[in-house]
Amino acid sequence: MTQVLTKPKASKGKKSPGYSKDMYLSWFETMFRIRKFEERTLMAYGQQKIRGFCHVYIGQEAIAAGMTSALQAGDAVATAYRQHGTAISRGIPTRECMAELYGKATGCVKGKGGSMHFFSREHKFFGGNGIVGAQIPIGTGIAFAEKYKGTDNLCVTMFGDGAARQGALYEAFNMAMTWKLPVLYICENNQYAMGTSVERTSNVRDLYKLGASFDMPSEEVNGMNPESVHEAIERAAAHIRAGKGPYYLEIKTYRYKGHSVSDPATYRTKEELKNYMDMDPVKSLEARLIADQVASPEEIEEIKDRIKVEIDEAAQFAEESPFPDPSELFTDNYMEPNYPFITD
Amino acid sequence: MNLSLRDALREAMSEEMRRDESVFLMGEEVAEYNGAYKVSKGMLEEFGAKRIIDTPIAELGFAGIGVGAAMNGLRPIVEFMTWNFAVLAFDQIVNNAAKTLSQSAGDFACPIVFRGPSGSAGQLAQQHSQTFESWLGNTPGLKVISCIDPVDAKGLMKTAIRDNDPVCIMESEVFYALEMNATPGGDRAYSFAHTQIPTLGDLPADGEDYTVDIGKAAVRREGTDVTIVTYNKMIWTALVAAQELAKDGIQAEVIDLRTIRPMDYDTIIRSVQKTNRLVVVDESWPFASISTEVAYAVQRHAFDYLDAPVVRVNSADTSLPYAPTLVDAWLPSPEKVIQAVKSVMYR
Repeated sequence: MTQVLTKPKASKGKKSPGYSKDMYLSWFETMFRIRKFEERTLMAYGQQKIRGFCHVYIGQEAIAAGMTSALQAGDAVATAYRQHGTAISRGIPTRECMAELYGKATGCVKGKGGSMHFFSREHKFFGGNGIVGAQIPIGTGIAFAEKYKGTDNLCVTMFGDGAARQGALYEAFNMAMTWKLPVLYICENNQYAMGTSVERTSNVRDLYKLGASFDMPSEEVNGMNPESVHEAIERAAAHIRAGKGPYYLEIKTYRYKGHSVSDPATYRTKEELKNYMDMDPVKSLEARLIADQVASPEEIEEIKDRIKVEIDEAAQFAEESPFPDPSELFTDNYMEPNYPFITD
Repeated sequence: MNLSLRDALREAMSEEMRRDESVFLMGEEVAEYNGAYKVSKGMLEEFGAKRIIDTPIAELGFAGIGVGAAMNGLRPIVEFMTWNFAVLAFDQIVNNAAKTLSQSAGDFACPIVFRGPSGSAGQLAQQHSQTFESWLGNTPGLKVISCIDPVDAKGLMKTAIRDNDPVCIMESEVFYALEMNATPGGDRAYSFAHTQIPTLGDLPADGEDYTVDIGKAAVRREGTDVTIVTYNKMIWTALVAAQELAKDGIQAEVIDLRTIRPMDYDTIIRSVQKTNRLVVVDESWPFASISTEVAYAVQRHAFDYLDAPVVRVNSADTSLPYAPTLVDAWLPSPEKVIQAVKSVMYR
């Protein structure tokens, strides 16, 4: 099969206005944190300390960073199972995330969710959903509740290019537009639904065009740098908060690893991978910050050293934490405290 | 004062919507059309379009919107025109509503009610005639109610809306028209199709904010010779059969499960300890059904009390075809129940 190499195109809209040094450093820190977290995840998986289905975010870090800087505190996020980076960018501490991957009681969901199911009410992070595309109606419902309650919050509802082919998307897009719900749909198009390329799943290869049949404002965005993501989301969020209804961004990105840790990704060529490795969002942002004299190499090194220590400590915290007690099996199934489980 | 099942369900939803702003109703034809079976008649007028919401035909989508809204602080009531159509939404019910609390380790509850008619309703053929109590009752995280007694259905609906867990409520297309005398202190009786049957149970006092606990069965008729356990519209079949059996001197005790999950095993076992015989009348298909579960529990917990093997009357282990002769052959009937009771009585 011939792979079509698609270089991310520039965003529509005006040229990057230039951001403050703090903003750039904060993006770099978030992206580097996610990268190091995921590298540690792969290592621990290799050591069989992390089990189950595990999908890492390496290559897609600029989306999480650019998204979080463009949102306000009350905004909600719902995403799929490739979610470690999104959860970390929303503020769930890396030690709680790593402990969750280890299945420990100190994890962000007490060792009950694992890699695919992080949640946090405190950070309005609604998962961590393991059924492809199911979070699209759920995120739409979260937005429905914000509108019903009369807040100016929105819900970012994220999904991959694979989920874009699910019927749930059609149903949710339609109702969200009909009811003008404050929802921002983001397709993180990393170009492969597991092993199946976008080209092989539909005649419609530009996924942002799916919004057109609902008259939903839709754009294609370069997901390899945080500025273009931040800019596009700011623009979309302003539209949504003005009460004009949903907005849809197809953010072009690439995952450097397989679909899950067990996937050697033989369905794509070395040339294609190399082409995208040359655009590595973390390395290229670091290079740009130094080249443009936004930050000194020493400042960058300081961030990197700090993050490496943080991830080491997160792994140690996960290692040393206890597994959940077997009695936890019967908690959190029902809100009702004395639910009569069948035990014989 | 007569109360129909249809009116009872509407009163329950309306009363809860008056007391709690976070409750809303969504589904196909629930607003302007007043409900496919008129259960929500007049609710749009009272509560407005913000809270009584017509959806497109998109069960998966609006069930998922309900789940998201419930996770984010609202209390949705999602109506399915029938549970047969809810199959399209099972991903959201089974994979999300039921599991959100567990996978978020208690961070996100999902206080939602999914409701609509379940079971056969005449010559509606294969796709519109199924029961789903055993399908959904199998799933931890859900609660399942299936009850046509108007007073109790109202009380259960109110409890379900207030409940902090996801609740599936199975109603009955045929028995939306079932009426009961609900006069406080009066004679509790059902009337349907020009027939009246006395029935046991509580009645609310005038003006009482009446609720019924989830997970409690009701004895609809007391008897000493055999226990009949049933639910939803088979309660009518069982009560008709019990009246006939009485003419032969057989006193059947009829138990209405009301809640499928969690099941009230205590009430069933207490009755079997008294009658020593059990027939389960269950509209679901026989394999891995409600009757299977009841029979297991009784052999496990009342083995020494049984004077005969447990017998069940289910719908036939086939899809339901259209022709009237085939519908009659498929569905449990009073005659089949009488035969089953006589077999456990060795008569």
